[in-house]
Amino acid sequence: MWTFFHKLASPPHFYRIAPAFIRIFAVAGLLLFAYGSWNGLFEAPMDYQQKDAFRIIYVHVPTAYLSMMAYSIMAISAAIGLIWRIKLAHAVAAAAAPLGAWFTFLALATGSIWGRPMWGTWWEWGDPRLTSQLLMLFLYFGYIALRSAIDDLAKADKASAVLALVGAVNIPIIHYSVYWWTSLHQGQTVMAGKMPPEMLNPLLINILGFTLIFGALLLHRVRSEVLYRERRARWVLELVAGAKALP
Amino acid sequence: MKPRQQRMLAVGLAVAGVAIAAALTLRAFQDNMMFYVEISEVSKGNAPDDRNFRVGGLVLEDSVKRKRGELELEFTLTDLKSELVVAYSGVLPDLFREGQGVIAHGRLGDDGRFMADTILAKHDENYMPPEVAETLAKHAAAKAAEAAKNGGTSP
Repeated sequence: MWTFFHKLASPPHFYRIAPAFIRIFAVAGLLLFAYGSWNGLFEAPMDYQQKDAFRIIYVHVPTAYLSMMAYSIMAISAAIGLIWRIKLAHAVAAAAAPLGAWFTFLALATGSIWGRPMWGTWWEWGDPRLTSQLLMLFLYFGYIALRSAIDDLAKADKASAVLALVGAVNIPIIHYSVYWWTSLHQGQTVMAGKMPPEMLNPLLINILGFTLIFGALLLHRVRSEVLYRERRARWVLELVAGAKALP
Repeated sequence: MKPRQQRMLAVGLAVAGVAIAAALTLRAFQDNMMFYVEISEVSKGNAPDDRNFRVGGLVLEDSVKRKRGELELEFTLTDLKSELVVAYSGVLPDLFREGQGVIAHGRLGDDGRFMADTILAKHDENYMPPEVAETLAKHAAAKAAEAAKNGGTSP
């Protein structure tokens, strides 16, 4: 068990085994995404109040969930990197940030597009769910900016890890904002079972599909990050020399 | 203590410290973090009378009064405990209807009515197909009729 993790944390080993996982995640994720989206957009019945407009949920909920998932992965990797000094962990945190920022942006954009006809507004300042989600987008921007502002990689890893950990406080705030305060944004639907199965199943399939696609993208980014960080290591030089030696 | 354990402790304490600071800050701003004021708070006099605020509740059934050919309308907001009359002039969001949750932004008038400049519809967390909603409404109506009949015959 432990040897598996120790081996996994070794950059060359990770670099070698990652492609197999990327392939599986990408294929399974795209298939589930296609199946879930088809079912959600065409097969699921429309909502009694929102009619067809509710179908944006099949993108909004998976992206919103992954925006928080990516932050959690980033913060936990940052903590592991700080405590155990595992180089791969910092690479994971660095690779997760832009993906998380994109998912946050998509969640905000799809929510805004839905909010205009349903709520009657694109954006409401002061709504705790909307505001805390926007704060997370800025935390991602801050993390990415801080990282690129420091040339020394070890220092950049440490400084950005602290920022990621401080910002992690926002994650439970986003999740519970609709319960702790009055808000325009509605409460939990999926976990609270407020949706019939024929509408819920495509959503669950899409959540799983998006997660697998995210996993594939993350592993791919970590792999590139590892290659860059280890560019002076012998295994990378041998890899490059081997590739050059090929006809 | 090993250096690794020291680092673990430092990270743990830092995260706990930030969490406590955030919790205290949010507690201090509790009232300002509320997106809207509930109607029972307004009727208790716990709403600002000198500035704009938002109030949220359900549109009372059969309370929407419109003047023909004008955008002006009046309706009653309720939280099933207290009620508040809201006056508004403008375009309403799609989801605005009787029995639906809405949020009104504006201020309390001298006559006790709430003068709204914006109305937002609040969607709840329930999703269902139209047929299911129809069946539910039919059942609810049948139950209400049953209750009315029983209420009529009993002393």
